[in-house]
Order: sequence, then structure tokens, then C-alpha cells
Amino acid sequence: MEKISGSQAIIRCLQEEGVKIIFGFPGGAVIDLFDALMDSDITNVLVRHEQGAVHAADGLARVTGEVGVALLTSGPGATNGVTAIATAYMDSIPMVILTGQVPTALIGNDAFQEVDIVGITRPCTKHNYLVKDAKDLVPTLREAFHIARTGRPGPVLVDLPKDIVAKMIDFPEKKPIRMQNYQPTYEPHPGQIEKACKQIIKAKNPVLYVGGGVILSNANEELTELARKLNIPVTMTLMGLGGFPGSDPLSMGMLGMHGSYTANMAVAHSDLLIAVGARFDDRVTGRLDAFAPHATIIHIDIDPTSISKNVKVDIPIVADCKHALIAMNTWFNTASDFNREQVAASHEPWRATIDEWTKKHPMSYLDEGEIIKPQYVIQKLDELTHGNAIITTEVGQNQMWAAQFYKFNKPRQWATSGGLGTMGYGLPAAIGAKMAFPEKTVIDVAGDGSIQMNIQELATAKQYKCPVKVAILNNNYLGMVRQWQELFYNKRYAGTIMEVTPDFVLLAQAYGAVGLRATKKSEVEAVIKEALATDNTVIMDFAIAREECVFPMVPAGKATTEMLLV
Amino acid sequence: MKHTISVLLQNKPGVLSRVTGLFSGRGFNIESLSVAETLEPTISCLTLVTRGDEAIIEQITKQLHKLIDVIKVTDISDSEYVEREMVLIRVKAEAQTRAEVLRVIDIFRGKVVDVSPKSYAVEVTGSASKVQAIIDLLKPIGIQEIVRTGTIAMARASKK
Ligand SMILES: Cc1ncc(C[n+]2csc(CCOP(=O)(O)OP(=O)(O)O)c2C)c(N)n1
Ligand SMILES: [Mg+2]
Repeated sequence: MEKISGSQAIIRCLQEEGVKIIFGFPGGAVIDLFDALMDSDITNVLVRHEQGAVHAADGLARVTGEVGVALLTSGPGATNGVTAIATAYMDSIPMVILTGQVPTALIGNDAFQEVDIVGITRPCTKHNYLVKDAKDLVPTLREAFHIARTGRPGPVLVDLPKDIVAKMIDFPEKKPIRMQNYQPTYEPHPGQIEKACKQIIKAKNPVLYVGGGVILSNANEELTELARKLNIPVTMTLMGLGGFPGSDPLSMGMLGMHGSYTANMAVAHSDLLIAVGARFDDRVTGRLDAFAPHATIIHIDIDPTSISKNVKVDIPIVADCKHALIAMNTWFNTASDFNREQVAASHEPWRATIDEWTKKHPMSYLDEGEIIKPQYVIQKLDELTHGNAIITTEVGQNQMWAAQFYKFNKPRQWATSGGLGTMGYGLPAAIGAKMAFPEKTVIDVAGDGSIQMNIQELATAKQYKCPVKVAILNNNYLGMVRQWQELFYNKRYAGTIMEVTPDFVLLAQAYGAVGLRATKKSEVEAVIKEALATDNTVIMDFAIAREECVFPMVPAGKATTEMLLV
Repeated sequence: MKHTISVLLQNKPGVLSRVTGLFSGRGFNIESLSVAETLEPTISCLTLVTRGDEAIIEQITKQLHKLIDVIKVTDISDSEYVEREMVLIRVKAEAQTRAEVLRVIDIFRGKVVDVSPKSYAVEVTGSASKVQAIIDLLKPIGIQEIVRTGTIAMARASKK
């Protein structure tokens, strides 16, 4: 067999795994890999900061469901990627991060640009490797992809010493991967499914509580089938948005700290909570002992550690969400001693109660004439993109308004940093999404603070003719923190007023992008329309009501029924 | 409650730090930890003693199991088991205390493994509580140095 270099073998592995685009930034330790990439059909997107590379790969992974790949050099290149790796880890995003490393002979010597990236990323990767023998390169890479995309997905890092990728090796044949020590449970236990289904039949006030697991396992259709068949209201976490159609009458929107009044009330009054691919995060539950206090809890999750971690679960189902939901739907379709119409109808009084809550406190905001309300901007974005855009976000109020007011009807049109809440995520993630789906409209809903954290990626967007749109909800504040200060710190705005902010219109122009600004409500629609019609990267700078707060809000540590309302 | 957990893991560099990192990162405590190769050189056996209520122990075992390099996790204290720990103690042994020290060692079926004019080094094996008991007895005489292995444990074979 003809020998090839380690770096060529790595590229061949990427091709084997179906990788079309990778995001990278070069350096001494990875010149070989960049060199080999040049001869391949893989698009190598040169970002402007390694955090951007990993976020972009993450954005691509979220909208496609495929494994995102980033390539970073050793030392500072690798450490620059860490925030973004942790971001992907917290949200269970399948990724493979390749980092260069100093030659094996120098490892441990404090060599130039040496850092123990495997040690550093151990707690924020699903798994990681340092390849010390060239013959392990290919098997390790294959295993990395396997681990990244199976079970509860997550980022896997492979550290590649420079001498190892330069060695000449045989390219081993692909064999099915069998790992004695890693065998995620996909199929639910039939006994647990039956128990869960019987409990659902008995329930009067059931709620489906849907998390990112439904998106990750592509279980949205199965979930929708279950909810509609049995007339069960649905609420979603930040990560679960799009897992069930947001415009469906059964949708109560998001729950938790900035969830809808309806969703939080429904959970608090439910007698059965069916958690699907959600993890009872503190932003969802509020004060734990007051969370769903009357409910029997069914929890479907592929990760056993998620079950009974925060809240004691009555009926645990360890399984892939899709497989479990299929099993439940099948049970309901075939069980003889139960009348589906009757069960669905029996939830009507519950739905009436829920509708009352929505009537009393719908998701809303106060309109103030020509002042631009951020919620209005999101509603207009929704309307003018027909709810079909891919929305990424930065972090803060902008993120919450996007979650609350854009109606996500499909999965994978929403990419936001939920678990880690990483400012600077949105723009590179939008680039990743747009590279994957050039024909789709991709909008980063941004804050004036967050956008500055990875603004340099505008150059990447330009270089790769990647016309993403950035909608800055500009309040000239680190708004979300300011909101906490307004509500809980006597309006002492310590460190949240940005006295110097660039002129984002000029800034866009400096990058060769287009900058548009709206300072009045009546200008919003025209700006969005122009942005959507422009075949270029566009920044829309919306001067919004500066001290607008995100409501409802459950103050940290309070019960979810103790909401501050509009 | 005290639990003794036995973990089989890949015998590879960095694996131990995955385990200890898990414990420190999640605020679980480790009372003792001991690790060595099994008959199969690619696999190590790690015994750790920890404390926590039922929910914490459940999280600990699940989280351990989630580590890719972990092959098997058993909470040995769920069933009948034998546990042993070894301790080396250097105890002051001067003319007036030598006999006393030897008597204590004898009661615990310990062995003197090193002798100097002013001290004995003693080896004792037993359950953690037995080891603790001899330490408590020798303390008043004057312990100069002590090294414990931490507990290792094995489930008892089924009686049937
Ligand atoms: C990297 C990072 N640093 C700090 C924070 C804390 N933080 C959360 S929201 C926020 C304010 C964000 O301001 P901006 O982007 O203007 O958004 P706004 O809330 O005003 O919409 C800050 C500082 C964070 N989430 N991420
Ligand atoms: Mg702001």
C-alpha cells in the first residue's frame, strides 16, 4: 500500500466523515495540515480569531446536525478556542476540534507555544486525545467523530503533535467502531415506556417540557405527533425552541427565567411533567422545591447523569428522545384498552385554564410611539422573513427577546449559546450556518456589547462572500446586567454603561459590509427590508429603548410562579 | 454514608486525572483512592472511598460511568465485601516503650519492617477501622511518620 503523510491521512478521515467545510487559523504546528487541506475539496475557512473558528463550526453543526470541525494551532491558538469549546460542550454540540501540538520530543519542556490543551479542555470536552503514535492517527480521528456524534453529542478534541502528522503511514481500512467502554443507550426500556404511557393517560394536567435533546435527536416530528394526538400543551427551553412549532396552539412558548407566564403557570399547576431531552437547568426550574410541585415526572434523556440530578424523577427513561417518542407513539397507537379521543378531550378543561393564563398575561410589551422597542424589531424580523430565517444570537437581553418573539416553527433554525451564555457567539455561528446553507437567510440578533467580542469575523464573512445579517439591538448598555442592577442593585450601573461604542454603520463599511441604522420605529421595517435585499454582509443598528427590560422575569432563586411582569 | 466504589478503567495516561477532575469539578469528596493494573495490563482497577447521600452517590457512579475511558463502575458497598488497607507507621520506640509498642503490634498482627535505635517501622493490614484503631493506640507513644495505601476492596463471592 502507498504510504501517505499523517496530515494527508487526517484530511482523508475528514472526507470519510463527510466534512465539507472546516474553520481554522494557522500557526507553526499546523502548517502541514493546512498544506494538505489545500489539495483537498474541503473548504478551509480562515477566520480572524480561533474562538470564531470553533463557534462557526458549532453554528454549522447546530443547523445541519453534522459534526462541526475546527483546526487550531498549538498554544495560544488552542487556548483561544477554549471558550467556544466550552460553549459547545454545555449545549451538547457534536464537534471535532483539531489542535496542533509541539513535536512529541518537546512535550513537557515548556516549548514555544506548548500548552497542555488536553489537560485544559478535559472538563469541557466530551472526550479528548493526544496522539503520540502516527499509527493511532486514523483510528483516533474515527473514534473522535464517533464519540462526538453519538449518545449525548459533544465536542471532542484531538491534539496533534507536529512530528506525528509529518510521519508517513498506511491508511487503514475503515471498520465499524466498537468501543467496549462506550455504548450509549438508544432504545428505551419497554416497561418504562408502558409505565409512562399509562401515567399520561391518567393525567389531567399534563405538560410536555421539551429541551435541546429533541433537536439533537431530530425528534421534532415524533414529539409533535405525541402532543397533538393526546392534546398535551408544550413548553420549550431556550435550547428546545423549534422542537415543536412555536405557532401551534399547543405551544406555550419558552419556560423558565424569561419564559412566558403561561408556561411557568402551567408547569407549576401540572400533575404530570413529561421532560424530553431537557435537564432541569436552574434557569428553567427557579427555586427547586417549588418547581412542578404537584407533578409526577417522566424524564426521557440519553444521558443517565441528567436524570434525577436536580429533580427527583418518578419514571426515568434512558434513551434517545426519538426512539423513546416513537415507542410511546406506537404504544398509544396500538394499546387496546384506551380511547385516544377520550384522553385528548379530557385535557380540554386544562387547555381552557391555560388559555385563560395567556389571555391574562400574553407575551407583550408597551408600545411607545416612535421609540424602537426591541421586541418590535424581532417581530418585524419574524414577519419579514416569514419565520424562516436561521437566527443566531449573542447573549443578554437581545438573546431573550429573540427567543420570546421570533416564532420558531422548525428545528435547527435557532443557534444560541444556552448553557454557557457566551457573548460573541452569534456572529461566527451565523457565518458557520450561512456557509452550510448559502441559500438561507441567516441573522445574528446581537447586543451592542456582545457584537464587539467577535466583530473581527465580519472580515471572514466578507472574504467568503457570506452575506449574514447582524441586527444589533443597541441600548448602549450591557443591558442584561444593567437590568439586574435596575431590579436588584438599586440602579447602581457599575460597569454596564459603555461610554464609548463604535459607530456600527461606519464599522460595517470599514469591513466592506453595509451598515444601516434605524432610530425611529417607522424606520425599522425599511431597514430590515433593505438588509434582506442586500447581497452583502449587513449590520443593522437599531437604537432601541435604552432601559427596556426583559419580562416576564423570575428573579434568581425564586419560584417560577413569582414572575415580574410587563 | 460511606461508599466504596470500584472502577475499571483504561490504563492510559491522563485517565486518573479525568476521575479526580470529575470529583473536584463537581464538588464530590474522595476519602481515599488507590489504583493499579489488573491482570489485563491495559486495564486498571481504581478503588475509591467517598461519602454522600443516595442522590450524590447515584450522581458519582453515573458521572464516572460517563467518562469514556471508564469500563465498569461498581458500588461495592451495595453488597457484602471485604476491604483492606495497609499502613506503614514509624513509631517512637525507646527503652521504656519498646515492649508496649511490640504488644500493640502483636495484637493487631502487625509486623516490624524496620528497626532503628529509637524507632520501629510497623506494617499493619486490615479494614480502615482497624488501621485507624492502631494509629489511635500508637499516637500517645509517638508516631513520627505514617503512610496509608487507602482502601482496596472486593465484593464477596456469592455463597450459592
Ligand atoms: C463572555 C461573556 N462575558 C460576560 C457575560 C455576562 N453578560 C451576560 S449578558 C451581558 C450583557 C450583554 O450586553 P449586550 O451584548 O449589549 O446585550 P444586551 O443585554 O444589552 O441586549 C453580560 C456582560 C457573558 N454572558 N459572556
Ligand atoms: Mg446592549
